[in-house]
Amino acid sequence: MRAMSAALFGAIFGVGLLLSGMLDPAKVLGFLDVAGAWNPQLAFVMGGAIAVAFPAFLIARRRERTLLGDPLTLPPRLGLDRGLVGGAALFGLGWGLVGICPGPGIVLLGFAGPPAWTFAAAMVAGVVVARGAVPVSPG
Amino acid sequence: MHPFLQSLIGGGLIGAASAGLLLTNGRIAGVSGILSNAAAFRPGVWRWAFLGGLLAVGLAASLLGHAAPPTLSNAGPGILIAGGLLVGVGTQLGNGCTSGHGVCGLSNLSLRSLVATATFMATAGLAVFALRHGPALLGLVQS
Repeated sequence: MRAMSAALFGAIFGVGLLLSGMLDPAKVLGFLDVAGAWNPQLAFVMGGAIAVAFPAFLIARRRERTLLGDPLTLPPRLGLDRGLVGGAALFGLGWGLVGICPGPGIVLLGFAGPPAWTFAAAMVAGVVVARGAVPVSPG
Repeated sequence: MHPFLQSLIGGGLIGAASAGLLLTNGRIAGVSGILSNAAAFRPGVWRWAFLGGLLAVGLAASLLGHAAPPTLSNAGPGILIAGGLLVGVGTQLGNGCTSGHGVCGLSNLSLRSLVATATFMATAGLAVFALRHGPALLGLVQS
């Protein structure tokens, strides 16, 4: 049941990515190029996503259990550290270099051929290397 | 359909999937975190199922004749490997990516995610600026 719902939500997430334009590095890089011919299209992706997800987090904060009866805990909201900021900075550099973040990196494996396989293999290698180098994080 | 509307609807679906995974499975739809824990073989078939759902959409797109984005096809292997490594290492150290921090974290009113999102947006913008406008600024090419 948990795997089935996760697969369903993964697929909905993927269709959302496909429709939104996040799978097209030209659009992503156009959105990030604020000094050039800025394309604001992808601001609507985050706007639409947060508009729908925000109420769910409000509900989740009032609940102790999920719809399937598992404990419901939310990640910590406070507490900044060097890993968070440094890691986010490195992630941004890679995102700006290629125009693909992790979700699109997985969906593109299905239809974008060897360039997508190369990117995803490097991404997983980066995750595994960093995971070995720093203490295991929750999640 | 206007591209802005299409992006809004796509974003809405991303938000709906995140809401569903949160309220049904009690999990954050952060793709880098799911990928990281799946790659470490932590218990939880749901992670592979979620990633399988994402991949299934890509395969369905392939069957429907969806073409690879030209910008990706034209990127050289060096850029793809460097970008992939930075994305992998960065999201692991920073504990999240565009989905985990950008969508879920901001929806959860998390200061950590706000700082992370502002940081990766800024460095992504800097990378694009350096690649697209750096050579002209340095006088290496005629702009």
